[in-house]
Amino acid sequence: MERLTPAEPLIELDGVSKWFGAFQVLRDVSLRVAEGERIVICGPSGSGKSTLIRCINRLEEHQEGRVVFAGRELGADTAGLTEVRREIGMVFQEFNLFPHLTVLENCMLGPVRVLGMSPADARERAMEFLGRVRIPEQAGKHPAQLSGGQQQRAAIARSLCMRPRVMLFDEPTSALDPVMIKEVLDVMNDLAESGMTMIVVTHEMGFARTVADRVAFMDEGSIVECLPPDRFFTSPADERTKRFLSQIL
Amino acid sequence: MTDSPLAPSRPPPETRRNVRWWNAGWFDVLQFTVFVAALLGLAVSGAIGMGYNWQWYRVPEYLVRIVGGELLWGPLARGLLVTLELTGWSVLITLAIGLAAALLRLSDSLSGRFVAKAYVEAVRSTPLLIQVYLFYFVLGPILGLDRFWVGVLALSIFEGAFAGEVIRAGILSVRRGQWEAGASLGLSRRQLYRSVVLPQAVPLMLPPLTGIVISLIRNSAIVSVIAVFDLTTEARNIIAETFLSFEIWITVAVIYLAFTVALSIVAGRLEHHVRA
Ligand SMILES: Nc1ncnc2c1ncn2[C@@H]1O[C@H](COP(=O)(O)OP(=O)(O)OP(=O)(O)O)[C@@H](O)[C@H]1O
Ligand SMILES: [Mg+2]
Repeated sequence: MERLTPAEPLIELDGVSKWFGAFQVLRDVSLRVAEGERIVICGPSGSGKSTLIRCINRLEEHQEGRVVFAGRELGADTAGLTEVRREIGMVFQEFNLFPHLTVLENCMLGPVRVLGMSPADARERAMEFLGRVRIPEQAGKHPAQLSGGQQQRAAIARSLCMRPRVMLFDEPTSALDPVMIKEVLDVMNDLAESGMTMIVVTHEMGFARTVADRVAFMDEGSIVECLPPDRFFTSPADERTKRFLSQIL
Repeated sequence: MTDSPLAPSRPPPETRRNVRWWNAGWFDVLQFTVFVAALLGLAVSGAIGMGYNWQWYRVPEYLVRIVGGELLWGPLARGLLVTLELTGWSVLITLAIGLAAALLRLSDSLSGRFVAKAYVEAVRSTPLLIQVYLFYFVLGPILGLDRFWVGVLALSIFEGAFAGEVIRAGILSVRRGQWEAGASLGLSRRQLYRSVVLPQAVPLMLPPLTGIVISLIRNSAIVSVIAVFDLTTEARNIIAETFLSFEIWITVAVIYLAFTVALSIVAGRLEHHVRA
Protein backbone atom coordinates (compact mmCIF):
# COMPACT_ATOMS: atom_id res chain seq x y z
CA MET A 1 0.00 0.00 0.00
CA GLU A 2 1.89 3.02 -1.24
CA ARG A 3 1.59 6.28 0.69
CA LEU A 4 0.21 9.01 -1.51
CA THR A 5 1.83 12.40 -1.77
CA PRO A 6 -0.35 15.18 -0.32
CA ALA A 7 -0.83 16.58 -3.81
CA GLU A 8 -2.55 13.37 -4.82
CA PRO A 9 -5.87 12.89 -3.02
CA LEU A 10 -7.05 9.45 -1.92
CA ILE A 11 -10.48 10.21 -3.28
CA GLU A 12 -11.27 12.63 -6.03
CA LEU A 13 -14.72 13.51 -7.31
CA ASP A 14 -14.51 15.75 -10.31
CA GLY A 15 -17.63 17.30 -11.82
CA VAL A 16 -19.82 14.32 -10.88
CA SER A 17 -23.42 14.40 -12.06
CA LYS A 18 -26.07 11.76 -11.71
CA TRP A 19 -29.69 11.39 -12.70
CA PHE A 20 -32.44 9.06 -11.55
CA GLY A 21 -34.50 9.09 -14.72
CA ALA A 22 -35.16 12.75 -15.47
CA PHE A 23 -34.40 13.82 -11.91
CA GLN A 24 -30.88 15.15 -11.34
CA VAL A 25 -29.62 13.99 -7.91
CA LEU A 26 -26.03 15.18 -8.20
CA ARG A 27 -25.06 18.39 -9.94
CA ASP A 28 -21.45 18.79 -10.93
CA VAL A 29 -20.06 17.76 -7.54
CA SER A 30 -16.32 18.03 -6.92
CA LEU A 31 -14.56 16.96 -3.76
CA ARG A 32 -10.98 15.96 -2.98
CA VAL A 33 -10.23 13.99 0.13
CA ALA A 34 -6.65 13.50 1.25
CA GLU A 35 -5.48 10.43 3.11
CA GLY A 36 -6.19 10.81 6.85
CA GLU A 37 -8.74 13.54 6.27
CA ARG A 38 -12.16 13.47 7.92
CA ILE A 39 -15.09 14.96 6.06
CA VAL A 40 -18.59 15.40 7.44
CA ILE A 41 -21.42 15.86 4.95
CA CYS A 42 -24.72 17.33 6.06
CA GLY A 43 -27.76 18.77 4.34
CA PRO A 44 -31.52 18.45 4.12
CA SER A 45 -33.25 15.18 3.37
CA GLY A 46 -33.18 14.33 -0.32
CA SER A 47 -30.22 16.60 -1.08
CA GLY A 48 -28.18 13.68 -2.42
CA LYS A 49 -25.81 12.92 0.47
CA SER A 50 -26.32 9.17 0.39
CA THR A 51 -26.12 9.10 -3.38
CA LEU A 52 -22.85 11.01 -3.27
CA ILE A 53 -21.03 8.70 -0.89
CA ARG A 54 -22.51 5.65 -2.58
CA CYS A 55 -20.87 6.83 -5.81
CA ILE A 56 -17.49 6.56 -4.11
CA ASN A 57 -17.70 2.75 -3.95
CA ARG A 58 -19.97 2.60 -6.96
CA LEU A 59 -23.07 1.30 -5.22
CA GLU A 60 -24.51 4.03 -7.42
CA GLU A 61 -23.20 4.74 -10.89
CA HIS A 62 -22.54 8.33 -11.87
CA GLN A 63 -23.21 9.49 -15.41
CA GLU A 64 -20.90 12.46 -15.79
CA GLY A 65 -17.58 13.45 -14.30
CA ARG A 66 -14.90 11.31 -12.70
CA VAL A 67 -14.70 9.33 -9.48
CA VAL A 68 -11.13 8.37 -8.71
CA PHE A 69 -10.02 6.23 -5.78
CA ALA A 70 -6.28 5.92 -5.09
CA GLY A 71 -5.49 6.77 -8.69
CA ARG A 72 -8.01 4.30 -10.14
CA GLU A 73 -10.97 5.76 -11.97
CA LEU A 74 -14.28 3.99 -11.37
CA GLY A 75 -16.17 3.46 -14.59
CA ALA A 76 -18.51 1.20 -16.44
CA ASP A 77 -15.69 -1.30 -16.78
CA THR A 78 -16.37 -3.32 -13.65
CA ALA A 79 -13.13 -5.27 -13.72
CA GLY A 80 -11.24 -4.32 -10.61
CA LEU A 81 -14.32 -2.98 -8.88
CA THR A 82 -14.18 -5.61 -6.17
CA GLU A 83 -10.50 -4.72 -5.62
CA VAL A 84 -11.48 -1.09 -5.07
CA ARG A 85 -14.43 -1.96 -2.86
CA ARG A 86 -12.38 -4.09 -0.50
CA GLU A 87 -10.34 -0.97 0.32
CA ILE A 88 -13.43 1.13 1.04
CA GLY A 89 -15.38 0.33 4.19
CA MET A 90 -19.04 1.28 4.31
CA VAL A 91 -21.37 1.61 7.28
CA PHE A 92 -25.10 1.91 6.66
CA GLN A 93 -27.92 3.50 8.59
CA GLU A 94 -29.68 0.12 8.84
CA PHE A 95 -26.46 -1.76 9.81
CA ASN A 96 -27.11 -4.48 7.21
CA LEU A 97 -25.41 -7.21 9.20
CA PHE A 98 -25.87 -10.68 7.76
CA PRO A 99 -28.65 -12.15 9.91
CA HIS A 100 -27.78 -15.80 9.25
CA LEU A 101 -24.23 -15.41 10.57
CA THR A 102 -22.94 -14.70 14.06
CA VAL A 103 -21.22 -11.39 14.73
CA LEU A 104 -17.86 -13.13 14.54
CA GLU A 105 -18.77 -14.79 11.24
CA ASN A 106 -19.98 -11.45 9.88
CA CYS A 107 -16.52 -10.07 10.61
CA MET A 108 -14.69 -13.09 9.19
CA LEU A 109 -16.59 -13.34 5.91
CA GLY A 110 -14.74 -10.60 4.02
CA PRO A 111 -11.23 -11.51 5.20
CA VAL A 112 -11.75 -15.21 4.40
CA ARG A 113 -13.66 -14.91 1.11
CA VAL A 114 -12.17 -11.73 -0.32
CA LEU A 115 -8.70 -11.50 1.19
CA GLY A 116 -8.17 -15.27 1.27
CA MET A 117 -7.11 -15.30 4.92
CA SER A 118 -7.15 -18.54 6.88
CA PRO A 119 -10.15 -18.86 9.22
CA ALA A 120 -7.81 -18.84 12.20
CA ASP A 121 -6.16 -15.57 11.16
CA ALA A 122 -9.51 -14.03 10.24
CA ARG A 123 -10.91 -14.98 13.63
CA GLU A 124 -7.99 -13.39 15.40
CA ARG A 125 -8.40 -10.20 13.39
CA ALA A 126 -12.17 -10.17 13.95
CA MET A 127 -11.74 -10.52 17.70
CA GLU A 128 -9.21 -7.69 17.67
CA PHE A 129 -11.66 -5.31 16.01
CA LEU A 130 -14.64 -6.50 18.05
CA GLY A 131 -12.48 -5.60 21.05
CA ARG A 132 -11.85 -2.15 19.62
CA VAL A 133 -15.56 -1.49 19.15
CA ARG A 134 -16.03 -2.89 22.69
CA ILE A 135 -18.29 -5.84 21.99
CA PRO A 136 -15.93 -8.84 22.12
CA GLU A 137 -18.41 -10.65 24.37
CA GLN A 138 -21.08 -10.51 21.63
CA ALA A 139 -18.97 -12.41 19.08
CA GLY A 140 -20.97 -15.63 19.25
CA LYS A 141 -24.42 -14.03 19.01
CA HIS A 142 -26.56 -13.43 15.97
CA PRO A 143 -27.24 -9.81 15.00
CA ALA A 144 -30.90 -10.00 16.02
CA GLN A 145 -29.82 -10.68 19.61
CA LEU A 146 -27.91 -7.39 19.82
CA SER A 147 -29.09 -3.87 20.61
CA GLY A 148 -29.04 -1.34 17.78
CA GLY A 149 -25.87 0.30 19.07
CA GLN A 150 -24.14 -3.06 19.37
CA GLN A 151 -25.24 -3.98 15.86
CA GLN A 152 -23.85 -0.79 14.41
CA ARG A 153 -20.55 -1.31 16.21
CA ALA A 154 -20.45 -4.88 14.88
CA ALA A 155 -21.01 -3.47 11.40
CA ILE A 156 -18.13 -1.05 11.89
CA ALA A 157 -15.91 -3.92 13.05
CA ARG A 158 -16.96 -5.95 10.01
CA SER A 159 -15.77 -3.15 7.72
CA LEU A 160 -12.57 -2.58 9.67
CA CYS A 161 -11.63 -6.24 9.36
CA MET A 162 -10.94 -5.57 5.69
CA ARG A 163 -8.36 -2.96 6.82
CA PRO A 164 -9.87 -0.37 4.45
CA ARG A 165 -8.10 2.84 3.47
CA VAL A 166 -11.23 4.89 3.95
CA MET A 167 -14.47 4.44 5.86
CA LEU A 168 -17.76 5.79 4.53
CA PHE A 169 -20.62 6.29 6.99
CA ASP A 170 -24.18 6.97 5.83
CA GLU A 171 -26.11 8.35 8.82
CA PRO A 172 -24.70 5.67 11.12
CA THR A 173 -26.61 6.88 14.18
CA SER A 174 -29.95 7.90 12.66
CA ALA A 175 -31.70 4.65 13.56
CA LEU A 176 -30.50 4.71 17.17
CA ASP A 177 -31.70 6.17 20.45
CA PRO A 178 -29.46 8.60 22.38
CA VAL A 179 -27.57 6.14 24.62
CA MET A 180 -26.71 4.02 21.62
CA ILE A 181 -25.76 7.05 19.56
CA LYS A 182 -23.06 7.83 22.09
CA GLU A 183 -21.69 4.27 21.98
CA VAL A 184 -21.33 4.48 18.24
CA LEU A 185 -19.91 8.03 18.19
CA ASP A 186 -17.30 7.02 20.78
CA VAL A 187 -16.15 4.24 18.49
CA MET A 188 -16.05 6.65 15.54
CA ASN A 189 -14.01 9.11 17.61
CA ASP A 190 -11.49 6.38 18.39
CA LEU A 191 -11.33 5.55 14.74
CA ALA A 192 -10.68 9.17 13.81
CA GLU A 193 -7.91 9.35 16.40
CA SER A 194 -6.29 6.29 14.87
CA GLY A 195 -5.85 8.33 11.68
CA MET A 196 -8.52 6.68 9.53
CA THR A 197 -9.73 8.58 6.49
CA MET A 198 -13.46 9.07 7.02
CA ILE A 199 -16.38 10.49 5.09
CA VAL A 200 -19.40 10.73 7.33
CA VAL A 201 -22.93 11.74 6.42
CA THR A 202 -24.48 12.79 9.72
CA HIS A 203 -26.52 15.41 11.48
CA GLU A 204 -24.51 14.99 14.67
CA MET A 205 -23.05 18.48 14.69
CA GLY A 206 -21.10 17.82 17.90
CA PHE A 207 -19.21 15.10 16.08
CA ALA A 208 -18.67 17.40 13.08
CA ARG A 209 -17.25 20.14 15.32
CA THR A 210 -14.78 17.95 17.19
CA VAL A 211 -13.74 15.40 14.59
CA ALA A 212 -14.14 16.84 11.09
CA ASP A 213 -11.37 18.53 9.18
CA ARG A 214 -13.97 19.92 6.81
CA VAL A 215 -17.77 20.05 6.84
CA ALA A 216 -19.62 19.99 3.54
CA PHE A 217 -23.17 21.26 3.19
CA MET A 218 -25.23 19.76 0.37
CA ASP A 219 -28.45 21.09 -1.08
CA GLU A 220 -30.34 19.95 -4.16
CA GLY A 221 -27.52 17.81 -5.42
CA SER A 222 -24.69 20.32 -5.03
CA ILE A 223 -22.02 20.88 -2.42
CA VAL A 224 -22.92 24.43 -1.43
CA GLU A 225 -19.84 24.90 0.70
CA CYS A 226 -17.12 22.88 2.30
CA LEU A 227 -15.26 24.55 5.18
CA PRO A 228 -13.29 23.71 8.32
CA PRO A 229 -15.76 23.36 11.21
CA ASP A 230 -14.83 26.58 13.01
CA ARG A 231 -15.63 28.62 9.92
CA PHE A 232 -18.53 26.41 8.86
CA PHE A 233 -20.39 26.91 12.13
CA THR A 234 -19.52 30.56 12.74
CA SER A 235 -19.33 32.20 9.35
CA PRO A 236 -20.88 30.25 6.52
CA ALA A 237 -21.14 32.22 3.31
CA ASP A 238 -24.31 30.84 1.80
CA GLU A 239 -27.84 31.69 2.94
CA ARG A 240 -28.97 28.08 2.60
CA THR A 241 -26.21 26.89 4.94
CA LYS A 242 -27.19 29.53 7.49
CA ARG A 243 -30.84 28.53 7.31
CA PHE A 244 -29.96 24.84 7.65
CA LEU A 245 -27.71 25.52 10.65
CA SER A 246 -30.34 27.61 12.38
CA GLN A 247 -32.79 24.74 12.01
CA ILE A 248 -30.50 21.99 13.16
CA LEU A 249 -28.56 23.66 16.02
CA MET B 1 -32.81 -7.15 24.06
CA THR B 2 -33.79 -9.92 21.73
CA ASP B 3 -36.22 -8.27 19.37
CA SER B 4 -35.37 -4.62 19.15
CA PRO B 5 -37.50 -2.53 16.83
CA LEU B 6 -34.19 -1.00 15.84
CA ALA B 7 -32.93 -4.23 14.44
CA PRO B 8 -33.69 -3.91 10.76
CA SER B 9 -30.92 -6.29 9.77
CA ARG B 10 -33.43 -8.95 10.65
CA PRO B 11 -36.09 -9.01 7.95
CA PRO B 12 -39.47 -7.85 9.19
CA PRO B 13 -41.90 -10.63 10.15
CA GLU B 14 -43.95 -10.23 6.98
CA THR B 15 -40.99 -11.02 4.76
CA ARG B 16 -39.84 -13.85 6.98
CA ARG B 17 -43.19 -15.52 6.77
CA ASN B 18 -43.97 -14.52 3.23
CA VAL B 19 -44.12 -18.19 2.37
CA ARG B 20 -47.79 -18.40 1.63
CA TRP B 21 -49.68 -21.27 3.16
CA TRP B 22 -51.16 -22.39 -0.14
CA ASN B 23 -47.64 -22.95 -1.40
CA ALA B 24 -46.81 -25.25 1.48
CA GLY B 25 -46.43 -28.92 0.73
CA TRP B 26 -49.18 -29.77 3.17
CA PHE B 27 -51.76 -28.04 1.10
CA ASP B 28 -50.79 -30.06 -1.93
CA VAL B 29 -51.14 -33.23 0.07
CA LEU B 30 -54.52 -32.16 1.40
CA GLN B 31 -55.71 -31.34 -2.09
CA PHE B 32 -54.54 -34.69 -3.32
CA THR B 33 -56.13 -36.53 -0.39
CA VAL B 34 -59.48 -34.91 -1.04
CA PHE B 35 -59.15 -35.79 -4.70
CA VAL B 36 -58.34 -39.42 -3.95
CA ALA B 37 -61.16 -39.67 -1.40
CA ALA B 38 -63.64 -38.31 -3.93
CA LEU B 39 -62.38 -40.75 -6.53
CA LEU B 40 -62.69 -43.62 -4.07
CA GLY B 41 -66.22 -42.62 -3.16
CA LEU B 42 -67.12 -42.44 -6.82
CA ALA B 43 -65.51 -45.81 -7.51
CA VAL B 44 -67.24 -47.54 -4.64
CA SER B 45 -70.69 -46.16 -5.42
CA GLY B 46 -70.14 -46.87 -9.11
CA ALA B 47 -69.00 -50.37 -8.33
CA ILE B 48 -72.05 -51.05 -6.21
CA GLY B 49 -74.29 -49.72 -8.98
CA MET B 50 -72.58 -51.85 -11.56
CA GLY B 51 -72.48 -54.92 -9.38
CA TYR B 52 -68.68 -54.87 -9.64
CA ASN B 53 -66.98 -58.04 -8.56
CA TRP B 54 -64.28 -56.93 -6.07
CA GLN B 55 -61.20 -59.12 -6.07
CA TRP B 56 -58.86 -57.41 -3.63
CA TYR B 57 -57.19 -60.73 -2.81
CA ARG B 58 -55.56 -60.70 -6.24
CA VAL B 59 -53.82 -57.36 -5.74
CA PRO B 60 -50.89 -58.29 -3.43
CA GLU B 61 -49.33 -60.60 -6.00
CA TYR B 62 -48.69 -57.59 -8.22
CA LEU B 63 -46.78 -55.93 -5.45
CA VAL B 64 -44.73 -58.81 -4.12
CA ARG B 65 -44.82 -62.56 -4.40
CA ILE B 66 -43.15 -65.31 -2.46
CA VAL B 67 -42.18 -68.16 -4.72
CA GLY B 68 -40.38 -71.08 -3.14
CA GLY B 69 -39.38 -69.00 -0.10
CA GLU B 70 -37.94 -66.30 -2.34
CA LEU B 71 -39.19 -62.74 -2.44
CA LEU B 72 -40.09 -61.55 -5.94
CA TRP B 73 -41.07 -57.97 -6.63
CA GLY B 74 -44.28 -57.67 -8.62
CA PRO B 75 -44.79 -55.26 -11.50
CA LEU B 76 -46.30 -52.56 -9.29
CA ALA B 77 -43.26 -52.56 -7.01
CA ARG B 78 -40.93 -52.44 -10.01
CA GLY B 79 -43.01 -49.61 -11.45
CA LEU B 80 -42.76 -47.73 -8.18
CA LEU B 81 -39.01 -48.10 -8.30
CA VAL B 82 -38.92 -46.63 -11.81
CA THR B 83 -41.18 -43.78 -10.69
CA LEU B 84 -38.82 -43.11 -7.77
CA GLU B 85 -35.81 -43.15 -10.03
CA LEU B 86 -37.54 -40.89 -12.54
CA THR B 87 -38.54 -38.49 -9.81
CA GLY B 88 -35.12 -38.51 -8.17
CA TRP B 89 -33.29 -37.55 -11.33
CA SER B 90 -35.95 -35.04 -12.25
CA VAL B 91 -35.70 -33.32 -8.86
CA LEU B 92 -31.96 -32.84 -9.29
CA ILE B 93 -32.24 -31.56 -12.85
CA THR B 94 -35.29 -29.42 -12.02
CA LEU B 95 -33.37 -27.66 -9.26
CA ALA B 96 -30.36 -27.08 -11.51
CA ILE B 97 -32.54 -25.70 -14.30
CA GLY B 98 -34.58 -23.63 -11.84
CA LEU B 99 -31.47 -22.09 -10.30
CA ALA B 100 -30.01 -21.33 -13.72
CA ALA B 101 -33.29 -19.78 -14.92
CA ALA B 102 -33.58 -17.67 -11.77
CA LEU B 103 -29.99 -16.42 -11.92
CA LEU B 104 -30.32 -15.69 -15.61
CA ARG B 105 -33.47 -13.67 -15.03
CA LEU B 106 -31.79 -11.70 -12.29
CA SER B 107 -28.61 -11.16 -14.28
CA ASP B 108 -27.52 -7.96 -15.98
CA SER B 109 -27.56 -9.62 -19.37
CA LEU B 110 -30.49 -8.46 -21.46
CA SER B 111 -30.46 -11.54 -23.69
CA GLY B 112 -30.09 -13.80 -20.65
CA ARG B 113 -33.16 -12.25 -19.04
CA PHE B 114 -35.08 -12.59 -22.28
CA VAL B 115 -34.18 -16.26 -22.73
CA ALA B 116 -35.14 -17.08 -19.15
CA LYS B 117 -38.45 -15.24 -19.40
CA ALA B 118 -39.29 -16.84 -22.74
CA TYR B 119 -38.52 -20.28 -21.32
CA VAL B 120 -40.77 -19.79 -18.31
CA GLU B 121 -43.63 -18.42 -20.40
CA ALA B 122 -43.37 -21.12 -23.07
CA VAL B 123 -43.32 -23.94 -20.55
CA ARG B 124 -46.11 -22.54 -18.42
CA SER B 125 -48.47 -22.03 -21.30
CA THR B 126 -48.13 -25.45 -22.94
CA PRO B 127 -49.68 -28.63 -21.52
CA LEU B 128 -47.15 -31.03 -20.04
CA LEU B 129 -48.56 -33.85 -22.15
CA ILE B 130 -47.75 -31.96 -25.34
CA GLN B 131 -44.26 -31.24 -24.07
CA VAL B 132 -43.70 -34.92 -23.35
CA TYR B 133 -44.79 -35.83 -26.88
CA LEU B 134 -42.63 -33.08 -28.31
CA PHE B 135 -39.65 -34.44 -26.46
CA TYR B 136 -40.42 -38.02 -27.34
CA PHE B 137 -41.04 -37.57 -31.04
CA VAL B 138 -38.80 -34.63 -31.83
CA LEU B 139 -35.99 -34.07 -29.37
CA GLY B 140 -35.55 -37.69 -28.29
CA PRO B 141 -34.55 -38.98 -31.74
CA ILE B 142 -32.40 -35.92 -32.41
CA LEU B 143 -30.48 -36.23 -29.15
CA GLY B 144 -30.59 -40.01 -29.16
CA LEU B 145 -32.20 -40.26 -25.74
CA ASP B 146 -34.06 -43.32 -24.53
CA ARG B 147 -37.60 -43.12 -23.13
CA PHE B 148 -36.52 -42.89 -19.51
CA TRP B 149 -34.29 -39.88 -20.09
CA VAL B 150 -36.80 -38.25 -22.41
CA GLY B 151 -39.24 -38.54 -19.50
CA VAL B 152 -36.74 -37.13 -17.00
CA LEU B 153 -35.85 -34.25 -19.27
CA ALA B 154 -39.44 -33.36 -20.15
CA LEU B 155 -40.48 -33.38 -16.50
CA SER B 156 -37.43 -31.38 -15.40
CA ILE B 157 -37.85 -28.75 -18.04
CA PHE B 158 -41.52 -28.40 -17.17
CA GLU B 159 -41.08 -28.19 -13.40
CA GLY B 160 -37.83 -26.24 -13.76
CA ALA B 161 -39.82 -23.23 -14.95
CA PHE B 162 -41.88 -23.26 -11.76
CA ALA B 163 -38.84 -23.93 -9.60
CA GLY B 164 -37.14 -20.98 -11.30
CA GLU B 165 -39.95 -18.67 -10.24
CA VAL B 166 -39.81 -19.94 -6.66
CA ILE B 167 -36.04 -19.51 -6.49
CA ARG B 168 -36.25 -16.05 -8.04
CA ALA B 169 -38.89 -14.95 -5.53
CA GLY B 170 -36.73 -16.31 -2.70
CA ILE B 171 -33.68 -14.41 -3.93
CA LEU B 172 -35.66 -11.21 -4.37
CA SER B 173 -36.94 -11.45 -0.83
CA VAL B 174 -33.40 -10.85 0.47
CA ARG B 175 -33.25 -7.14 1.14
CA ARG B 176 -31.15 -4.81 -0.96
CA GLY B 177 -29.04 -3.73 2.00
CA GLN B 178 -27.70 -7.27 2.28
CA TRP B 179 -26.41 -7.16 -1.29
CA GLU B 180 -24.92 -3.74 -0.70
CA ALA B 181 -23.19 -4.74 2.52
CA GLY B 182 -21.70 -7.79 0.80
CA ALA B 183 -20.65 -5.84 -2.27
CA SER B 184 -19.02 -3.20 -0.06
CA LEU B 185 -16.79 -5.89 1.44
CA GLY B 186 -15.60 -6.67 -2.08
CA LEU B 187 -17.49 -9.93 -2.54
CA SER B 188 -17.98 -10.90 -6.17
CA ARG B 189 -21.47 -11.61 -7.45
CA ARG B 190 -20.87 -15.30 -7.13
CA GLN B 191 -19.60 -15.00 -3.56
CA LEU B 192 -22.54 -12.76 -2.72
CA TYR B 193 -24.98 -15.41 -3.84
CA ARG B 194 -23.14 -18.18 -2.07
CA SER B 195 -22.34 -16.57 1.26
CA VAL B 196 -24.99 -13.91 1.72
CA VAL B 197 -28.06 -14.31 -0.46
CA LEU B 198 -28.77 -18.02 -0.86
CA PRO B 199 -28.28 -18.91 2.81
CA GLN B 200 -31.06 -16.42 3.60
CA ALA B 201 -33.25 -17.29 0.63
CA VAL B 202 -33.17 -21.08 0.71
CA PRO B 203 -35.17 -21.53 3.95
CA LEU B 204 -37.91 -19.38 2.39
CA MET B 205 -37.87 -21.47 -0.77
CA LEU B 206 -38.16 -24.87 0.90
CA PRO B 207 -41.95 -25.08 1.37
CA PRO B 208 -42.84 -24.05 -2.19
CA LEU B 209 -40.05 -26.25 -3.56
CA THR B 210 -41.56 -29.19 -1.67
CA GLY B 211 -44.78 -28.43 -3.49
CA ILE B 212 -42.90 -28.62 -6.78
CA VAL B 213 -41.36 -31.98 -5.89
CA ILE B 214 -44.81 -33.31 -5.01
CA SER B 215 -46.19 -32.07 -8.28
CA LEU B 216 -43.23 -33.73 -9.99
CA ILE B 217 -44.17 -37.06 -8.44
CA ARG B 218 -47.75 -36.67 -9.59
CA ASN B 219 -46.79 -35.51 -13.06
CA SER B 220 -44.33 -38.37 -13.44
CA ALA B 221 -47.42 -40.47 -14.21
CA ILE B 222 -47.75 -38.57 -17.48
CA VAL B 223 -44.57 -40.11 -18.85
CA SER B 224 -46.48 -43.40 -18.98
CA VAL B 225 -47.75 -42.15 -22.34
CA ILE B 226 -44.31 -42.75 -23.79
CA ALA B 227 -44.26 -46.24 -22.26
CA VAL B 228 -41.69 -45.77 -19.57
CA PHE B 229 -42.31 -48.64 -17.18
CA ASP B 230 -43.31 -46.51 -14.26
CA LEU B 231 -46.02 -47.19 -11.73
CA THR B 232 -48.83 -45.92 -13.96
CA THR B 233 -47.72 -47.89 -17.02
CA GLU B 234 -47.42 -51.08 -15.00
CA ALA B 235 -50.88 -50.49 -13.59
CA ARG B 236 -52.33 -50.06 -17.07
CA ASN B 237 -50.65 -53.25 -18.26
CA ILE B 238 -51.98 -55.26 -15.32
CA ILE B 239 -55.49 -53.93 -15.88
CA ALA B 240 -55.33 -54.76 -19.55
CA GLU B 241 -54.66 -58.37 -18.60
CA THR B 242 -56.85 -58.80 -15.55
CA PHE B 243 -59.64 -56.19 -15.69
CA LEU B 244 -59.00 -55.40 -12.01
CA SER B 245 -59.33 -51.73 -12.85
CA PHE B 246 -60.86 -50.45 -9.60
CA GLU B 247 -58.56 -52.35 -7.27
CA ILE B 248 -55.37 -51.53 -9.14
CA TRP B 249 -56.12 -47.85 -9.70
CA ILE B 250 -57.05 -47.42 -6.04
CA THR B 251 -53.87 -49.19 -4.98
CA VAL B 252 -51.79 -47.01 -7.26
CA ALA B 253 -53.42 -43.83 -5.99
CA VAL B 254 -52.71 -44.87 -2.40
CA ILE B 255 -49.06 -45.56 -3.28
CA TYR B 256 -48.66 -42.09 -4.80
CA LEU B 257 -50.38 -40.60 -1.79
CA ALA B 258 -48.18 -42.43 0.71
CA PHE B 259 -45.16 -41.28 -1.21
CA THR B 260 -46.12 -37.59 -1.21
CA VAL B 261 -47.21 -37.61 2.43
CA ALA B 262 -43.88 -39.16 3.44
CA LEU B 263 -42.11 -36.47 1.45
CA SER B 264 -44.07 -33.69 3.11
CA ILE B 265 -43.12 -35.03 6.51
CA VAL B 266 -39.44 -35.15 5.59
CA ALA B 267 -39.63 -31.63 4.13
CA GLY B 268 -41.36 -30.35 7.25
CA ARG B 269 -38.55 -31.74 9.40
CA LEU B 270 -35.92 -30.30 7.08
CA GLU B 271 -37.52 -26.89 7.12
CA HIS B 272 -37.70 -26.88 10.88
CA HIS B 273 -34.06 -27.84 10.99
CA VAL B 274 -32.95 -25.12 8.55
CA ARG B 275 -34.88 -22.40 10.35
CA ALA B 276 -33.73 -23.32 13.82
N1 LIG C 1 -32.99 4.57 -6.60
C1 LIG C 1 -33.56 5.78 -6.73
N2 LIG C 1 -34.42 6.01 -7.74
C2 LIG C 1 -35.00 7.21 -7.89
N3 LIG C 1 -34.78 8.27 -7.09
C3 LIG C 1 -33.94 8.11 -6.06
C4 LIG C 1 -33.29 6.85 -5.82
N4 LIG C 1 -32.51 6.97 -4.72
C5 LIG C 1 -32.67 8.24 -4.31
N5 LIG C 1 -33.51 8.94 -5.09
C6 LIG C 1 -33.88 10.33 -4.94
O1 LIG C 1 -32.71 11.09 -5.02
C7 LIG C 1 -32.74 12.13 -4.08
C8 LIG C 1 -31.51 12.09 -3.21
O2 LIG C 1 -31.54 10.92 -2.44
P1 LIG C 1 -30.47 10.63 -1.32
O3 LIG C 1 -30.87 9.38 -0.67
O4 LIG C 1 -29.12 10.69 -1.90
O5 LIG C 1 -30.69 11.84 -0.34
P2 LIG C 1 -30.11 12.08 1.11
O6 LIG C 1 -29.49 13.41 1.11
O7 LIG C 1 -29.27 10.95 1.52
O8 LIG C 1 -31.43 12.14 1.97
P3 LIG C 1 -31.74 11.56 3.44
O9 LIG C 1 -31.23 12.59 4.41
O10 LIG C 1 -33.22 11.47 3.47
O11 LIG C 1 -31.05 10.24 3.57
C9 LIG C 1 -34.04 12.01 -3.32
O12 LIG C 1 -34.96 12.92 -3.85
C10 LIG C 1 -34.48 10.61 -3.59
O13 LIG C 1 -35.88 10.54 -3.63
MG1 LIG D 1 -29.47 9.38 2.93
